[in-house]
Amino acid sequence: MNTVSIDKRGHGLSSILTRKEQDILAEWIREMSESTRRGDLMGASEIKTQCSEFLHLMQQALIAAGSDFQAPAWDKAREMLDNISKSRALQGFSPSETAMFVFSAKRPLFNQIRSAFKDDPEALAAETWSATELLDAMGLYTTEVFQKTREHVIKRQQEELLELSTPVVKLWDGILALPIIGTLDSARTQVVMESLLQAIVQTNSRVAIIDITGVPTVDTVVAQHLLKTVTAARLMGADCIISGVRPQIAQTIVHLGINLLDVTTKATLAAAFKTALDRLGLNFVRDTKS
Amino acid sequence: MEKIPILKMGEFLLVTIQVDMHDRLAMSLQDDLTRLISETEARGVLIDISSLEIVDSFIGRMFGNIAAMSRVLDAETVVVGMQPAVAITLVELGLSLSGVRSALNVDAGMELLRASVNGKGTHGRSLD
Repeated sequence: MNTVSIDKRGHGLSSILTRKEQDILAEWIREMSESTRRGDLMGASEIKTQCSEFLHLMQQALIAAGSDFQAPAWDKAREMLDNISKSRALQGFSPSETAMFVFSAKRPLFNQIRSAFKDDPEALAAETWSATELLDAMGLYTTEVFQKTREHVIKRQQEELLELSTPVVKLWDGILALPIIGTLDSARTQVVMESLLQAIVQTNSRVAIIDITGVPTVDTVVAQHLLKTVTAARLMGADCIISGVRPQIAQTIVHLGINLLDVTTKATLAAAFKTALDRLGLNFVRDTKS
Repeated sequence: MEKIPILKMGEFLLVTIQVDMHDRLAMSLQDDLTRLISETEARGVLIDISSLEIVDSFIGRMFGNIAAMSRVLDAETVVVGMQPAVAITLVELGLSLSGVRSALNVDAGMELLRASVNGKGTHGRSLD
Protein backbone atom coordinates (compact mmCIF):
# COMPACT_ATOMS: atom_id res chain seq x y z
CA MET A 1 0.00 0.00 0.00
CA ASN A 2 2.70 2.35 1.07
CA THR A 3 4.91 1.72 -1.97
CA VAL A 4 1.99 2.18 -4.32
CA SER A 5 1.21 5.58 -2.88
CA ILE A 6 4.88 6.62 -3.08
CA ASP A 7 4.97 5.54 -6.71
CA LYS A 8 1.86 7.53 -7.43
CA ARG A 9 3.16 10.59 -5.64
CA GLY A 10 6.56 10.35 -7.24
CA HIS A 11 4.85 9.96 -10.55
CA GLY A 12 2.91 13.18 -10.04
CA LEU A 13 6.11 15.03 -9.29
CA SER A 14 7.90 13.56 -12.27
CA SER A 15 5.15 14.51 -14.68
CA ILE A 16 5.17 18.06 -13.34
CA LEU A 17 8.94 18.17 -13.80
CA THR A 18 8.62 16.89 -17.35
CA ARG A 19 5.93 19.33 -18.37
CA LYS A 20 7.18 22.44 -16.62
CA GLU A 21 10.92 21.91 -16.72
CA GLN A 22 11.75 25.28 -18.27
CA ASP A 23 9.48 27.24 -15.90
CA ILE A 24 10.89 25.55 -12.85
CA LEU A 25 14.43 26.05 -14.08
CA ALA A 26 13.96 29.76 -14.69
CA GLU A 27 12.31 30.36 -11.35
CA TRP A 28 14.86 28.21 -9.54
CA ILE A 29 17.78 30.19 -10.94
CA ARG A 30 16.06 33.47 -10.07
CA GLU A 31 15.38 32.21 -6.55
CA MET A 32 18.97 31.09 -6.15
CA SER A 33 20.51 34.34 -7.33
CA GLU A 34 18.29 36.19 -4.85
CA SER A 35 19.25 34.04 -1.87
CA THR A 36 22.94 33.58 -2.55
CA ARG A 37 24.77 36.33 -4.30
CA ARG A 38 28.06 34.60 -4.88
CA GLY A 39 28.76 35.86 -8.37
CA ASP A 40 32.34 36.25 -7.23
CA LEU A 41 32.77 32.51 -6.87
CA MET A 42 30.56 31.16 -9.63
CA GLY A 43 29.32 32.45 -12.97
CA ALA A 44 25.62 32.57 -13.89
CA SER A 45 26.06 30.26 -16.86
CA GLU A 46 27.76 27.64 -14.70
CA ILE A 47 24.87 27.71 -12.24
CA LYS A 48 22.39 27.41 -15.07
CA THR A 49 24.15 24.37 -16.52
CA GLN A 50 24.27 22.72 -13.11
CA CYS A 51 20.60 23.40 -12.44
CA SER A 52 19.30 22.15 -15.74
CA GLU A 53 21.47 19.05 -15.59
CA PHE A 54 20.32 18.33 -12.06
CA LEU A 55 16.64 18.81 -12.96
CA HIS A 56 17.13 16.38 -15.78
CA LEU A 57 18.70 13.77 -13.50
CA MET A 58 15.98 14.31 -10.92
CA GLN A 59 13.31 13.75 -13.51
CA GLN A 60 14.87 10.48 -14.67
CA ALA A 61 15.25 9.26 -11.09
CA LEU A 62 11.67 10.20 -10.24
CA ILE A 63 10.36 8.20 -13.18
CA ALA A 64 12.50 5.19 -12.27
CA ALA A 65 12.18 5.07 -8.49
CA GLY A 66 9.76 7.70 -7.26
CA SER A 67 10.75 10.06 -4.49
CA ASP A 68 12.84 7.54 -2.51
CA PHE A 69 16.17 9.38 -2.40
CA GLN A 70 18.07 6.31 -1.15
CA ALA A 71 17.08 4.18 -4.16
CA PRO A 72 19.81 3.13 -6.61
CA ALA A 73 18.05 5.04 -9.39
CA TRP A 74 19.04 8.24 -7.59
CA ASP A 75 22.75 7.36 -7.77
CA LYS A 76 23.48 9.77 -10.59
CA ALA A 77 21.62 12.64 -8.95
CA ARG A 78 23.39 11.91 -5.67
CA GLU A 79 26.74 11.82 -7.41
CA MET A 80 26.06 15.20 -8.97
CA LEU A 81 25.04 16.69 -5.61
CA ASP A 82 28.21 15.16 -4.23
CA ASN A 83 30.38 16.93 -6.77
CA ILE A 84 28.54 20.22 -6.35
CA SER A 85 28.93 20.17 -2.56
CA LYS A 86 32.55 19.15 -2.76
CA SER A 87 33.52 21.84 -5.24
CA ARG A 88 31.59 24.47 -3.27
CA ALA A 89 33.20 23.41 0.00
CA LEU A 90 36.63 23.84 -1.58
CA GLN A 91 35.66 27.14 -3.25
CA GLY A 92 34.78 28.64 0.11
CA PHE A 93 30.97 28.62 0.07
CA SER A 94 29.30 28.55 3.48
CA PRO A 95 27.25 25.45 4.41
CA SER A 96 23.94 27.30 4.05
CA GLU A 97 24.95 28.71 0.68
CA THR A 98 25.72 25.18 -0.45
CA ALA A 99 22.44 23.76 0.85
CA MET A 100 20.63 26.68 -0.80
CA PHE A 101 21.29 25.01 -4.13
CA VAL A 102 18.69 22.43 -3.18
CA PHE A 103 16.40 24.46 -0.95
CA SER A 104 15.90 27.28 -3.43
CA ALA A 105 14.16 24.75 -5.67
CA LYS A 106 11.36 24.45 -3.12
CA ARG A 107 9.37 27.52 -4.07
CA PRO A 108 9.29 26.91 -7.86
CA LEU A 109 8.48 23.25 -7.36
CA PHE A 110 5.72 23.97 -4.84
CA ASN A 111 4.26 26.67 -7.10
CA GLN A 112 3.99 24.16 -9.93
CA ILE A 113 2.49 21.51 -7.65
CA ARG A 114 -0.06 24.02 -6.40
CA SER A 115 -1.20 24.98 -9.88
CA ALA A 116 -1.27 21.36 -11.06
CA PHE A 117 -3.41 20.08 -8.17
CA LYS A 118 -5.49 23.12 -7.35
CA ASP A 119 -8.73 21.12 -7.67
CA ASP A 120 -7.62 18.23 -5.47
CA PRO A 121 -6.55 19.37 -1.97
CA GLU A 122 -5.86 15.77 -0.89
CA ALA A 123 -3.40 15.16 -3.72
CA LEU A 124 -1.94 18.65 -3.27
CA ALA A 125 -1.06 17.92 0.36
CA ALA A 126 0.35 14.49 -0.52
CA GLU A 127 2.49 15.80 -3.38
CA THR A 128 3.76 18.74 -1.33
CA TRP A 129 4.72 16.39 1.47
CA SER A 130 6.61 14.01 -0.79
CA ALA A 131 8.39 16.92 -2.50
CA THR A 132 9.36 18.37 0.88
CA GLU A 133 10.69 15.04 2.03
CA LEU A 134 12.72 14.62 -1.11
CA LEU A 135 14.18 18.13 -1.04
CA ASP A 136 14.99 17.85 2.66
CA ALA A 137 16.78 14.59 2.07
CA MET A 138 18.78 16.18 -0.72
CA GLY A 139 19.54 19.24 1.39
CA LEU A 140 20.77 17.13 4.29
CA TYR A 141 22.84 15.13 1.90
CA THR A 142 24.59 18.21 0.51
CA THR A 143 25.32 19.46 4.01
CA GLU A 144 26.72 16.09 4.97
CA VAL A 145 29.01 15.95 1.96
CA PHE A 146 30.02 19.56 2.58
CA GLN A 147 30.95 18.69 6.16
CA LYS A 148 32.90 15.63 5.10
CA THR A 149 34.86 17.61 2.52
CA ARG A 150 35.74 20.25 5.08
CA GLU A 151 36.79 17.62 7.59
CA HIS A 152 38.97 16.06 4.95
CA VAL A 153 40.64 19.42 4.33
CA ILE A 154 41.20 19.92 8.06
CA LYS A 155 42.65 16.45 8.44
CA ARG A 156 45.07 17.00 5.59
CA GLN A 157 46.18 20.30 7.06
CA GLN A 158 46.71 18.63 10.43
CA GLU A 159 48.93 16.01 8.85
CA GLU A 160 50.93 18.64 7.02
CA LEU A 161 51.34 20.57 10.24
CA LEU A 162 52.54 17.44 12.00
CA GLU A 163 55.22 16.86 9.41
CA LEU A 164 56.25 20.48 9.26
CA SER A 165 56.59 20.79 12.99
CA THR A 166 59.24 18.16 13.62
CA PRO A 167 62.43 19.15 11.85
CA VAL A 168 65.64 17.54 13.08
CA VAL A 169 68.59 19.82 12.45
CA LYS A 170 72.25 18.96 12.51
CA LEU A 171 74.26 21.48 14.54
CA TRP A 172 77.65 19.87 14.25
CA ASP A 173 79.20 16.56 13.36
CA GLY A 174 77.63 14.26 15.89
CA ILE A 175 75.26 16.83 17.38
CA LEU A 176 71.57 16.97 16.48
CA ALA A 177 68.96 19.44 17.63
CA LEU A 178 65.21 19.00 17.71
CA PRO A 179 63.34 22.25 18.32
CA ILE A 180 59.81 21.40 19.45
CA ILE A 181 57.15 24.06 18.90
CA GLY A 182 53.63 23.63 20.24
CA THR A 183 52.10 21.18 22.66
CA LEU A 184 53.35 17.61 22.71
CA ASP A 185 50.58 15.03 22.53
CA SER A 186 50.94 11.29 22.05
CA ALA A 187 50.63 11.40 18.26
CA ARG A 188 53.22 14.15 17.92
CA THR A 189 55.58 12.49 20.38
CA GLN A 190 55.50 9.39 18.24
CA VAL A 191 56.46 11.38 15.13
CA VAL A 192 59.08 13.39 17.03
CA MET A 193 60.60 10.28 18.56
CA GLU A 194 60.71 8.39 15.29
CA SER A 195 62.26 11.22 13.31
CA LEU A 196 64.83 11.92 16.00
CA LEU A 197 65.89 8.27 16.34
CA GLN A 198 66.01 7.88 12.57
CA ALA A 199 68.19 10.96 12.29
CA ILE A 200 70.49 9.66 15.05
CA VAL A 201 71.08 6.49 13.05
CA GLN A 202 71.52 8.30 9.74
CA THR A 203 73.93 10.97 10.96
CA ASN A 204 75.65 8.78 13.53
CA SER A 205 75.17 11.44 16.19
CA ARG A 206 76.19 10.92 19.76
CA VAL A 207 74.40 13.89 21.27
CA ALA A 208 70.84 15.05 20.64
CA ILE A 209 69.47 18.30 22.02
CA ILE A 210 65.70 18.56 22.50
CA ASP A 211 64.80 22.24 22.69
CA ILE A 212 61.46 22.94 24.37
CA THR A 213 61.54 26.74 24.17
CA GLY A 214 58.44 26.59 21.96
CA VAL A 215 56.46 24.27 24.21
CA PRO A 216 53.92 26.43 26.06
CA THR A 217 53.30 24.16 29.04
CA VAL A 218 54.84 21.02 30.42
CA ASP A 219 52.49 18.78 32.35
CA THR A 220 53.03 15.23 33.53
CA VAL A 221 51.98 13.79 30.18
CA VAL A 222 54.36 15.99 28.18
CA ALA A 223 57.17 15.27 30.64
CA GLN A 224 56.54 11.56 30.33
CA HIS A 225 56.69 11.81 26.55
CA LEU A 226 59.97 13.72 26.78
CA LEU A 227 61.41 11.10 29.12
CA LYS A 228 60.38 8.34 26.74
CA THR A 229 62.20 10.04 23.88
CA VAL A 230 65.30 10.56 26.02
CA THR A 231 65.27 6.92 27.14
CA ALA A 232 64.84 5.62 23.60
CA ALA A 233 67.76 7.75 22.40
CA ARG A 234 69.86 6.54 25.31
CA LEU A 235 69.07 2.91 24.46
CA MET A 236 70.46 3.55 21.00
CA GLY A 237 73.63 4.99 22.44
CA ALA A 238 73.01 8.71 22.09
CA ASP A 239 72.98 11.27 24.90
CA CYS A 240 70.00 13.58 25.17
CA ILE A 241 70.03 17.10 26.54
CA ILE A 242 66.80 18.99 27.14
CA SER A 243 67.22 22.71 26.62
CA GLY A 244 65.06 25.79 26.65
CA VAL A 245 63.49 25.11 30.05
CA ARG A 246 61.84 28.38 31.04
CA PRO A 247 61.65 29.41 34.71
CA GLN A 248 57.90 28.83 34.91
CA ILE A 249 58.32 25.38 33.41
CA ALA A 250 61.07 24.54 35.90
CA GLN A 251 58.68 25.54 38.69
CA THR A 252 55.85 23.48 37.21
CA ILE A 253 58.07 20.43 36.86
CA VAL A 254 59.12 20.58 40.50
CA HIS A 255 55.57 21.23 41.73
CA LEU A 256 54.28 18.26 39.75
CA GLY A 257 57.00 16.08 41.26
CA ILE A 258 58.39 14.99 37.89
CA ASN A 259 61.77 13.34 38.17
CA LEU A 260 64.15 14.72 35.57
CA LEU A 261 67.28 13.92 37.58
CA ASP A 262 68.57 11.38 35.07
CA VAL A 263 68.31 13.87 32.23
CA THR A 264 70.67 16.73 31.54
CA THR A 265 68.63 19.93 31.35
CA LYS A 266 69.85 23.35 30.29
CA ALA A 267 68.20 26.75 30.29
CA THR A 268 69.22 27.70 26.78
CA LEU A 269 70.08 26.00 23.52
CA ALA A 270 73.49 27.70 23.62
CA ALA A 271 74.32 26.13 26.97
CA ALA A 272 73.20 22.73 25.70
CA PHE A 273 75.33 23.11 22.59
CA LYS A 274 78.34 23.95 24.74
CA THR A 275 77.76 20.85 26.84
CA ALA A 276 77.40 18.74 23.73
CA LEU A 277 80.71 20.04 22.37
CA ASP A 278 82.35 19.26 25.70
CA ARG A 279 81.07 15.70 25.59
CA LEU A 280 82.54 15.22 22.15
CA GLY A 281 85.81 16.75 23.34
CA LEU A 282 85.46 19.74 21.02
CA ASN A 283 86.13 23.36 21.85
CA PHE A 284 85.83 26.74 20.19
CA VAL A 285 88.84 29.07 20.37
CA ARG A 286 88.85 32.73 19.36
CA ASP A 287 91.20 33.38 16.48
CA THR A 288 93.71 35.85 17.93
CA LYS A 289 95.45 36.65 14.64
CA SER A 290 92.66 38.78 13.20
CA MET B 1 69.86 -26.31 17.73
CA GLU B 2 71.01 -22.95 16.44
CA LYS B 3 73.42 -21.03 18.58
CA ILE B 4 74.63 -17.48 18.75
CA PRO B 5 78.41 -17.38 18.31
CA ILE B 6 80.46 -15.57 20.92
CA LEU B 7 83.84 -14.29 19.73
CA LYS B 8 86.76 -13.51 21.96
CA MET B 9 88.61 -10.36 21.00
CA GLY B 10 91.45 -9.55 23.37
CA GLU B 11 89.95 -9.01 26.77
CA PHE B 12 86.46 -8.48 25.35
CA LEU B 13 83.73 -10.81 24.17
CA LEU B 14 81.83 -10.01 21.00
CA VAL B 15 78.25 -11.20 20.43
CA THR B 16 76.48 -10.52 17.16
CA ILE B 17 72.80 -11.34 17.09
CA GLN B 18 71.79 -11.90 13.50
CA VAL B 19 68.73 -14.07 13.86
CA ASP B 20 65.37 -13.44 15.44
CA MET B 21 65.67 -14.10 19.13
CA HIS B 22 63.35 -16.57 20.75
CA ASP B 23 63.21 -17.39 24.41
CA ARG B 24 65.24 -20.63 24.33
CA LEU B 25 67.96 -18.97 22.26
CA ALA B 26 68.09 -16.10 24.73
CA MET B 27 68.45 -18.46 27.67
CA SER B 28 71.25 -20.42 25.99
CA LEU B 29 73.03 -17.17 25.11
CA GLN B 30 72.81 -16.15 28.74
CA ASP B 31 74.32 -19.49 29.82
CA ASP B 32 77.11 -19.45 27.24
CA LEU B 33 78.00 -15.86 27.87
CA THR B 34 78.29 -16.14 31.65
CA ARG B 35 80.31 -19.35 31.28
CA LEU B 36 82.70 -17.73 28.78
CA ILE B 37 83.14 -14.59 30.88
CA SER B 38 84.30 -16.62 33.84
CA GLU B 39 86.45 -18.93 31.69
CA THR B 40 88.22 -16.17 29.79
CA GLU B 41 88.12 -13.55 32.54
CA ALA B 42 86.79 -11.09 29.98
CA ARG B 43 86.57 -7.45 31.06
CA GLY B 44 83.86 -6.41 28.67
CA VAL B 45 81.00 -7.73 26.57
CA LEU B 46 79.84 -6.08 23.38
CA ILE B 47 76.44 -7.14 22.04
CA ASP B 48 75.66 -6.03 18.49
CA ILE B 49 71.93 -6.01 17.84
CA SER B 50 71.90 -3.95 14.66
CA SER B 51 70.08 -6.68 12.73
CA LEU B 52 67.59 -7.38 15.50
CA GLU B 53 64.25 -5.95 14.43
CA ILE B 54 61.77 -7.49 16.84
CA VAL B 55 61.98 -7.54 20.61
CA ASP B 56 59.53 -8.51 23.28
CA SER B 57 59.59 -7.92 27.01
CA PHE B 58 61.42 -11.20 27.62
CA ILE B 59 64.31 -10.37 25.28
CA GLY B 60 64.40 -6.84 26.64
CA ARG B 61 64.70 -8.11 30.18
CA MET B 62 67.35 -10.57 29.07
CA PHE B 63 69.63 -7.71 28.03
CA GLY B 64 69.22 -6.22 31.48
CA ASN B 65 69.93 -9.58 33.09
CA ILE B 66 73.04 -10.20 30.98
CA ALA B 67 74.37 -6.77 31.93
CA ALA B 68 73.73 -7.38 35.61
CA MET B 69 75.29 -10.88 35.53
CA SER B 70 78.34 -9.60 33.67
CA ARG B 71 78.81 -6.89 36.25
CA VAL B 72 78.83 -9.51 38.98
CA LEU B 73 81.56 -11.28 37.01
CA ASP B 74 83.41 -7.93 36.66
CA ALA B 75 82.71 -7.30 32.99
CA GLU B 76 81.10 -4.23 31.43
CA THR B 77 78.29 -4.74 28.92
CA VAL B 78 77.65 -2.45 25.97
CA VAL B 79 74.72 -2.92 23.59
CA VAL B 80 75.37 -1.38 20.18
CA GLY B 81 73.39 -0.59 17.05
CA MET B 82 69.87 -0.70 18.42
CA GLN B 83 67.29 0.10 15.74
CA PRO B 84 64.90 3.03 16.36
CA ALA B 85 61.87 0.73 16.25
CA VAL B 86 63.44 -1.55 18.86
CA ALA B 87 64.27 1.40 21.12
CA ILE B 88 60.70 2.71 20.87
CA THR B 89 59.31 -0.75 21.60
CA LEU B 90 61.46 -1.18 24.70
CA VAL B 91 60.47 2.25 25.99
CA GLU B 92 56.80 1.56 25.37
CA LEU B 93 57.17 -1.74 27.22
CA GLY B 94 58.50 0.24 30.17
CA LEU B 95 61.98 -1.27 29.96
CA SER B 96 64.48 1.56 30.29
CA LEU B 97 67.39 -0.90 30.76
CA SER B 98 69.07 1.50 33.14
CA GLY B 99 71.91 -0.92 33.87
CA VAL B 100 72.85 -1.37 30.23
CA ARG B 101 75.21 0.97 28.46
CA SER B 102 74.65 1.53 24.77
CA ALA B 103 76.51 2.94 21.80
CA LEU B 104 75.59 3.81 18.24
CA ASN B 105 77.91 1.34 16.51
CA VAL B 106 80.63 -1.22 17.17
CA ASP B 107 83.39 1.41 16.96
CA ALA B 108 81.80 3.63 19.57
CA GLY B 109 81.01 0.57 21.68
CA MET B 110 84.62 -0.65 21.69
CA GLU B 111 85.80 2.84 22.59
CA LEU B 112 83.35 2.92 25.49
CA LEU B 113 84.48 -0.49 26.73
CA ARG B 114 88.18 0.43 26.55
CA ALA B 115 87.57 3.71 28.34
CA SER B 116 85.62 2.08 31.14
CA VAL B 117 88.11 -0.76 31.59
CA ASN B 118 91.10 1.62 31.63
CA GLY B 119 89.26 4.04 33.87
CA LYS B 120 88.62 1.37 36.48
CA GLY B 121 92.30 0.61 36.78
CA THR B 122 94.03 -2.57 35.73
CA HIS B 123 93.40 -4.62 38.86
CA GLY B 124 96.62 -6.56 38.61
CA ARG B 125 96.17 -7.35 34.96
CA SER B 126 99.16 -5.20 34.02
CA LEU B 127 101.27 -8.36 33.88
CA ASP B 128 99.44 -9.46 30.69
